[in-house]
Amino acid sequence: MTTRTERRVGRTGGLIGDSPLRPDGIPKLKGEFEYAQDLTAAEMLWGATLRSPYAHARIVSIDLAPALAVGGVHAVLTADDVPGRGTFGLEQPDQPVLAGDYVNYWGEPVVVVAAEDQDTARRAAAAVVVEYEVLEPLVDPEEADRRDETFRRMKIRRGDQDITGDVIVDGYYEVGMQDQAPLGTEAGLAIPDGHGGVDLYATSQFVHVDHEQVVASLGLTSDQVRSHPTGIGGAFGAREDVNLHIHLCLLALHTSKPVKMVYHRSESFTGHVHRHPARMWYRHHADMDGNLLRVEAKVLVDGGAYASTTGAVLANACYFAVGPYRCDSVTVDGVGTRTNNPPCGAMRGFGAVQVCFAHETQMDRLAAALDMDSLDLRRRNALATGDAIPTTGQIIETPLPMTEVIDSLVAMPMPDATISDSPLSLPGGTGLTTEPTDVSRGVGYALGIKNLGFSEGFDDYAQARVRLTAEGATVETAAIEVGQGLVTVLAQIARSALGVSRATVRNVDTSMIDSAGSTSASRQTQLSGGATLEASTRLRARILHAYNGDDLDDDGVWSEGRLVTPMAEITEGSWEETATFRHPATTEPDENGQGVIHADFAVAGHRAVVDVDPELGLVRVVRVDTAQDVGKALNPQSVRGQIEGGIMQGVGLAIMEELIVEDGIIRNPNFTDYLLPTILDAPEVEALLIEKEGSWGPYGAKGVGEPPIISSAAAVAAAIRDATGRPIDRIPVRPQDIALL
Amino acid sequence: MDTQYPKTIDEAVSALSDGATPLAGGTDLMVEVNFGHRRPDHVVALRRVDELAEWDGSTIGAGVTWRRIELEGPKALAEAARTVGSPQIRNAGTIGGNVATASPAGDGLPFLAAVDASIEVRSATGSRSIQWDEFFLGVKKTALEADELVTGVDLPEDLPERQAFGKVGVRNAMVIATVCCVVTRELDGLTRVALGSVAPTPMRARQSEEMISAVARPSESDLAEFARLVAAEVSPITDHRSTAEYRRHAAGVLARRLLGRCLR
Ligand SMILES: Cc1cc2nc3c(=O)[nH]c(=O)nc-3n(C[C@H](O)[C@H](O)[C@H](O)COP(=O)(O)OP(=O)(O)OC[C@H]3O[C@@H](n4cnc5c(N)ncnc54)[C@H](O)[C@@H]3O)c2cc1C
Repeated sequence: MTTRTERRVGRTGGLIGDSPLRPDGIPKLKGEFEYAQDLTAAEMLWGATLRSPYAHARIVSIDLAPALAVGGVHAVLTADDVPGRGTFGLEQPDQPVLAGDYVNYWGEPVVVVAAEDQDTARRAAAAVVVEYEVLEPLVDPEEADRRDETFRRMKIRRGDQDITGDVIVDGYYEVGMQDQAPLGTEAGLAIPDGHGGVDLYATSQFVHVDHEQVVASLGLTSDQVRSHPTGIGGAFGAREDVNLHIHLCLLALHTSKPVKMVYHRSESFTGHVHRHPARMWYRHHADMDGNLLRVEAKVLVDGGAYASTTGAVLANACYFAVGPYRCDSVTVDGVGTRTNNPPCGAMRGFGAVQVCFAHETQMDRLAAALDMDSLDLRRRNALATGDAIPTTGQIIETPLPMTEVIDSLVAMPMPDATISDSPLSLPGGTGLTTEPTDVSRGVGYALGIKNLGFSEGFDDYAQARVRLTAEGATVETAAIEVGQGLVTVLAQIARSALGVSRATVRNVDTSMIDSAGSTSASRQTQLSGGATLEASTRLRARILHAYNGDDLDDDGVWSEGRLVTPMAEITEGSWEETATFRHPATTEPDENGQGVIHADFAVAGHRAVVDVDPELGLVRVVRVDTAQDVGKALNPQSVRGQIEGGIMQGVGLAIMEELIVEDGIIRNPNFTDYLLPTILDAPEVEALLIEKEGSWGPYGAKGVGEPPIISSAAAVAAAIRDATGRPIDRIPVRPQDIALL
Repeated sequence: MDTQYPKTIDEAVSALSDGATPLAGGTDLMVEVNFGHRRPDHVVALRRVDELAEWDGSTIGAGVTWRRIELEGPKALAEAARTVGSPQIRNAGTIGGNVATASPAGDGLPFLAAVDASIEVRSATGSRSIQWDEFFLGVKKTALEADELVTGVDLPEDLPERQAFGKVGVRNAMVIATVCCVVTRELDGLTRVALGSVAPTPMRARQSEEMISAVARPSESDLAEFARLVAAEVSPITDHRSTAEYRRHAAGVLARRLLGRCLR
């Protein structure tokens, strides 16, 4: 008889609440991790894409002969070669796989080529002669609104529409086009199966939806395509839409050879969708005590040439247009325009980021108009459990610690008030532009709110399968790891719920498991984590039942402190459980935008401290502190990773990250001119995690990926406003916006 | 692509007369190749030419890297070197490459203009020394012939002790200059002001120099007038990186501050 001396569910593997090493961490650091860019197959060809040099044109003719004449070319395909529906799109299949009669944005794919190496493929693509009749592009979104060129309009009406406040504050705000700029560019490999089908390995956030799009656009049957998760170097929303996926399958099926593509950096900037640029008109009404009486807003997001997720982004922007505040009289009109600008879609924060900048600036201005402390104003109006979301009327049923966020933020220590005299810590950094006497310091606060998971009645679910074998537990899933740490946290959940110390996550393709949904909307730990928890819990119960035990660990099944069946005997059998997890159902909005639209919410707040050189308009973000509603931190280090990364992306949006689009053409599709913050631009960050259990995620966890960016950009902008007294009604803030006013 | 690895300047220039493209650190050239702007089919790699990496008193060899200049260069040139790219770029990129590329935003160039440096070049048939303002002719245009190699830059023996460099960019490191500037001042008041990114080539603000050189102890209002003059003298453009108006403004402010540093 074996008696238990210690419980061996090891700290090494990591349980819920631990921060174990990532299984892919060391390989990534050593350069041994296989990213999609590294995929290879015998007799593989390389693909390349010819793109439109115009924002709008009619294709008069295409001469493929010069490309076909290049030695080593196996296929040169146009729209005429695309079987099936020939179009794709997440909300509506409006985007052609290859442009037919018209090109509608700069960089739209027109021809794809497969050749023996990448250089030959690119040269052949460049050799194709396309005759265009250049047309006037529609690039002004307000003109598109007037012409009713739209993907969606939103109308939200809640409460009495005729209220007027004692104090009224108006504002107009703009947010520029941010790019996800993942370090890994788009890459993939398609391998024909020899029976008319194809296996696709490509950068993605959602392989089941890629599968659906490939099948429909190429006229294949569902079982002919298998979409496999692969190694991803960042995503941030850029990989929700397909880009090279259909092209790869088309070329592979056409040539009967494996075909690989890797976008180069500037192609990546045109090959994926961007964050929607936004224009926002606001009016806030309050009484003399600072109670928010009414908010009116018009929100315009430009979707560019094709729909992508513009409808959902617009809706989100409108639903969160008031921010995390109580207000019973709300009017929001929204429009997602269709233009000849680059298509926009998902990016971390999904509409909530743009409106946060507007509603938080409005709150600061309202506080100034009331001669009130801006945090008192926010605290007075802060949403809490039991309140209605101001736009949709949905009652908040889970914990929403907005007041705790504000209080924690205020309690966090402020940095030393003296301005650093180390040149590298001053605005201008290595450029040595600025001395401490040129600097003015500012502090800004912002709060944000966003939904978790998909909304508006979408059937949002994730499936996971948990197996127990002699090697330990395996979690099988098609959920995509983009760098956020899903591979770590799902194993932690399996270990904790099952009781064994060894657990690994295995990615499987679309033919082997049902969808895990998208790695987006802050949802994957909640949804796939939920499915893993449920499958593990059921599996444990079945095993305990089968062996009449009351506990399970690495040794086997126990009963009243005695080992009744050793693990070796248990794993002779086949043990697996598959679970599908759904979050609480949501509804579509009614004609006034009302309903139970969202599954849950998360809030966060940021306090930014900046040093500004007002004369040159240069900024150094000294510090960003944050308090965030996380439900339960399943892996605190991963949560902090999301927070620090999200804040960096927020700093980028506040002061430098913008795709400059002129007449529909991106002027800076490269890392020379699309500036991401460097380590010298990185603020110190302190994060306070607020754990309030009660959400439906596993162990009460909430999604944590998006809140770090939603209000951080707004807080930095507020701090610049505080330092300089300039209006700062547009982000990114450019030096001239500070220096030339 | 055909590549040669000469060990001497003579071998290198003979490759140039056969039409080869010189490759130093590759931090400009390879970017152009990757973007498909250039497709050289014959390359002569210069890194093994030891003579080019020599730094002999006031002559800096074309092959001297930014990292070395950051550590060993005259003050304002070392400050400029520190702003070039990232450590990887500074370890590979050379002053010769910066000069031969002749980008309006080349961070090493205003210093050359400020001290009236000349560019040493050599071909299979001879060598010449070209004064900086006759070397830089336009945006990425120089007086260099296709068969000529830059062998080094020649600085005056005596450099002004007071010198300062500054660079305005939207990011605090690794950024293309919106404006960069070098100011030098001699004990007798002689002041030189050179700027980059505000004209097709590096330029001197000669009227501003004249005005401020005549003032022995500039007052606040002299400094303000100097800033105004510098802003008036530059001829920047508006592009996706900045506006002409901001560049003009920043040029004046930066020159004024750098002069202030020279006066302290
Ligand atoms: C990420 C990045 C950041 C950068 N940041 C900066 C910056 O902050 N500031 C800045 O000024 N520059 C910057 N650059 C540009 C570049 O690093 C510099 O211009 C550098 O000095 C180029 O030197 P190189 O040795 O790499 O030149 P190469 O790329 O080898 O050559 C550049 C050009 O000069 C020619 N050439 C090279 N040597 C000679 C020679 N001896 N004689 C004749 N022709 C020659 C080559 O044929 C080519 O046309 C950056 C580049 C990158 C990639």
